[in-house]
Parts: sequence; C-alpha cells; structure tokens
Amino acid sequence: MRAERDVGAPAIAPVEAAKLDARDTRGDRLAAGRVALGAVVVLYLAVVLLGPMGALVAEVSRIGIGEVLSAVLAPPALEALGMSIALVAISVVVNAFVGTIGAIALVRHRFVGRGLLGALADLPLAVSPVMIGLAFLLLVGREGVLAPVLEALDWKIVYAFPGLVIGTLFVTLPYTMRELAYVLEEIGTSEEEAAATLGASAWQTFWHVTFPNVRVALGYGLLMTAARALGEFGAVLVLGGSISGQTQTATTFIHDAVEERALAGGYGMALVLGAISVVLLALLEHLKHRRARALGRTK
Amino acid sequence: MTARSNAEGSEHVRTADALLPGPGQRALRGLALAYVLVLVAIPLATLVVLAFADGPPVFVERVTDEVARDALVLTLGTGVLVGALNVLFGTATAWVLTRYRFPGRGALSALVDLPLAVPTLVAGVMIAVLYGPSSLVGTTFAAWDVEIVFAKPGIVLALLFVTLPFVVRAVEPVLAEIDVAEEEAAIVLGAGPWRVFRTVFFPALLPAALSAGIRSTGRAIGEFGSIVVVAGNIPFETLTAPVYVFGEIESGAPRAAAAVSTVLLVFALALYVGATWIERKVGARHAS
Repeated sequence: MRAERDVGAPAIAPVEAAKLDARDTRGDRLAAGRVALGAVVVLYLAVVLLGPMGALVAEVSRIGIGEVLSAVLAPPALEALGMSIALVAISVVVNAFVGTIGAIALVRHRFVGRGLLGALADLPLAVSPVMIGLAFLLLVGREGVLAPVLEALDWKIVYAFPGLVIGTLFVTLPYTMRELAYVLEEIGTSEEEAAATLGASAWQTFWHVTFPNVRVALGYGLLMTAARALGEFGAVLVLGGSISGQTQTATTFIHDAVEERALAGGYGMALVLGAISVVLLALLEHLKHRRARALGRTK
Repeated sequence: MTARSNAEGSEHVRTADALLPGPGQRALRGLALAYVLVLVAIPLATLVVLAFADGPPVFVERVTDEVARDALVLTLGTGVLVGALNVLFGTATAWVLTRYRFPGRGALSALVDLPLAVPTLVAGVMIAVLYGPSSLVGTTFAAWDVEIVFAKPGIVLALLFVTLPFVVRAVEPVLAEIDVAEEEAAIVLGAGPWRVFRTVFFPALLPAALSAGIRSTGRAIGEFGSIVVVAGNIPFETLTAPVYVFGEIESGAPRAAAAVSTVLLVFALALYVGATWIERKVGARHAS
C-alpha cells in the first residue's frame, strides 16, 4: 500500500486513496481471474462437448450431403430408424401410464412395499445397460432360467422385438415416475383435498385438479423417456443382437456401420439422432421454463 | 389397511382414497409394484444369483481373472478421475453460467444439457471423429506420440461428455441461492476473492458438487455405448468392465459376465447410496 496513515494530518483523504488504490489492483487481479476462469470453462466445453459436435457436422459435410443422404435413406437405415421410433412410441405410452400410477402411489399412498417401489424405480439409473441386457438374457434367453416355459409357449423374447421392448422399458423406467413424483410432492395435497371436500369424485379430482398441475412434468418426463429410448444402445445390442431388418435399431445400425467403415451411413445416422436430440432438448428447455413458472405459482 | 392406523399418514390416505378409491386403488398400486418387480427386481436378482451359482470360489476366480481384474481397475480408476474432473470443471462451468453475463449464455447453458439427450453411442462417434487417429487433432497429437482415441484419454473424454450435466446442474441452483448479502459482508470485511470463495461459497457448494460428482462416477462405471467406439477395447489397455461383460456374453460365458457385473453393481449401488446420503443430509439442513 502506498499511503500510510498519518496521525497529525486529516486521516480521511489518504485512507480513502489507499482503499481506492488497493481496490484497483485487487480489481485488476479479480478481473484477470474472471477472464481466466471464463476462458478455462469455454475451453473445457469446447474440448468435451462443442468440438466433437462440430466435428461430426464437418465430417458429414466433408463426406458429402448426397452420399450421406442416400445412405441414411437406404432401406436398412430406414428400417433401423423405424424400429427405434417404434420403441420410443411404446416406451412413451407405457411410461405415461405406469409412471403416473407409480408416482401417485409413491407420493400419495402409504403402503407396505412403498420404499421398495421407490428404490426399484431408481435402480435403472445406477445399472449399466449391458448388465440389464445380461440380466434378461439369463432370465429369458435361449439358455435362461425361464427358457423351458418360453419354449413351451413358443415365445421368442431375446433376439426378437419383445427383447428390444423389455430392454428399452427397463432403462426408461425412472424418468417419468421420478419427475411426476417430484412435482406431486412439491404441489402438495391442499387442492386435491379441496376438490374432494367439494364432492368431486376420484376421477374428477384427478382430471381437473391433479392432472393439470402435473401436465408439464409429465411432458418433461416423457420427453426424457423418448430421448433415452431413442439413444439406448447396450441393452438393445445384447437383447436384440442387431439383426438387420429385424432387431437393428438406429444406434446399433450406427455401431455396425462404423465397424464396417460404412461411414456415410454411420455418421449420417449419428447426425440424424444428434439432430433429433437437439430438438428434444429444445422442447425440454421450453418445458423447464414453464415448469419453473408453474411451481413458482403454486407455492 | 395398515396406513389408516398411522395418524401421521392420515392426511395422505384421505387424498389417496379420493384419488384412486377402493379396489381400484389397490389394483393400480399393485400394478405399479408388479411392473417394477418384473422389470427390475427379478432380472437383477437372477443376475446376482447366477453369478454365485457355481460357488463363491468360482465367483472369485472369475472376478480376479487377469483381464477381468484389469478391466475393473481401469473402469473404477477412470470413473473416479472423471468424478473429480466433473467436480472441478462442473463447478467452474456452473459459476460462469450463473455469475457471468455474456451474449449466448442462455444457449450455452442449454447446450450443457445436451448429453442428457444425445445417445451415448453418438457421443462416442463425435469424440472419435474429432480426436481419431486420422483426424486433424489426432494426427497433431500423434506427432507428439500422444494417442487419444483407442487409448485412455479417449475413454476419459467420452465419460466427461456423457456426465457433463451432472455437477453443473447440481451446483447451479445452490449458487443462485447463496445470499448476496453474505458475499458482500465478506468483501466489506476485507476478505480477498479467494477467501470469499473459501468461506462463503465452498461450504455451500461442496455437498452438491460432491454428491453430483459421485453420481457421475456411478454413471461412468456403467458407461458402454460411447466407450465401445472410442476405447478400442484392448485387454490390459483400454478394455473397460462393461465392454468386458459384453465380450463375455458374446463369447458364450454369461456367468463370468454376471460375476463381473455383480461387482460393478455393488460399486454402483454404493455410489448411489453415498450420493443420496449426502443429498438427504444437506436437504435436512436446508429444511431446518
């Protein structure tokens, strides 16, 4: 510090000057630190996220839009994409139903097994998709525990469409249920109780009071479900076997294409899925803002 | 019904009865429970039981097989590294996104969520395209004898991509909630920026960053799609445990796969419980 406090002289001016001076150098260092931190974060995001994304777009345009388009519009690619979309549709419908029931049971009901329901609904988040595939393989695979039963019934699950459905339903289980459970907890029961007191039936209460309050959360959970179903790879690879035209999904198609160095199709499909996920993300962000507003209002 | 005798739950029970009354209530609840039992509990129980079906010594043998052990060590090691990097860079990213004002901030903030929506296999393809041996970046690093893709750095990059949102999204709300008055008081009392961070921000941020970092480690040790593309899957080098499990399934050794899976499952559950424990503790403190 430049100025020393002089006992005889009026103290205020030098001290003020010193403070300003100190604040200036500190301010400079602070500003430099701020810029450095900003630069580190931008570099980090560029290395981990933005660079790779841009590289895929650049690579696809280098290969040539025409070639990529013809590879992505070829029958095997379209069949694989169609398979993925079918899985998305099934998991969205099933999770809309089971997720809603499960969330209401979790939050509004008290019963034996509630803790178990909550823990099991969370579990898929902690389990590797390959492991899920393996678990079902051991249960319903050709040499699985239930193989004799399935054979007697003539049901084929593994390396067939039902296997893909089971794997996808497993990995998407937590999203809708957790999202709804969280919002049901947040909004509380006062409005539902008011409706019940005023003589509304259970379904009236649900449709006119509970459902409008959780609609945004349901949409959010189902979008997450769709994204997860579209992107699932490990479980559908193990359970489906990626048989072209039968159990090949968009992700296993990319995997096989990249392995075979059929890069136009592989990178093209990767870009298609990337683009779909950007659209899903935009919708998710939109709902996130709406949800934030809705929760702010009910509180 | 047992819940009726529970005075504390009576409020909920009344609403519950109103929502899904009578036998319908029980049926729907039973349906939800049956769904998760069939889909989650029974398959995973089968996995664990069959992992031990040939006796504990065989289990130990399968897990300590050289290739398997190396894969597990690699997976846990990269998982912990990625968790630590996420705590560091995730907190920095959250800091910049909440406290800086710059054009494009909203878009950048939204992009941080992208790994939640992008298929992990696609994430792997993206990393391979940018850092692969024939790419511009790859050839540049190859000149310095550094391999990224088909080597460990590629695994770490892929894991960082898929776990990017974890810490950022956990820390952001905490940063937004920190009282400006507290920070100003520290500055007025003469604390330097580092001290302000240490005394005001660090204690508030730590639990959120830590629990989210643990969750990202849990996510990382199960990761398959992105790894399978970028790692090259060379035993003793870049073969991770989930890829090893897949290889064992493919080569017709599902019980060996189940044994390694069970070890992974135990770690994943421990991490999950640890993260939840931290969150509960913090939640309780916030509420009080």
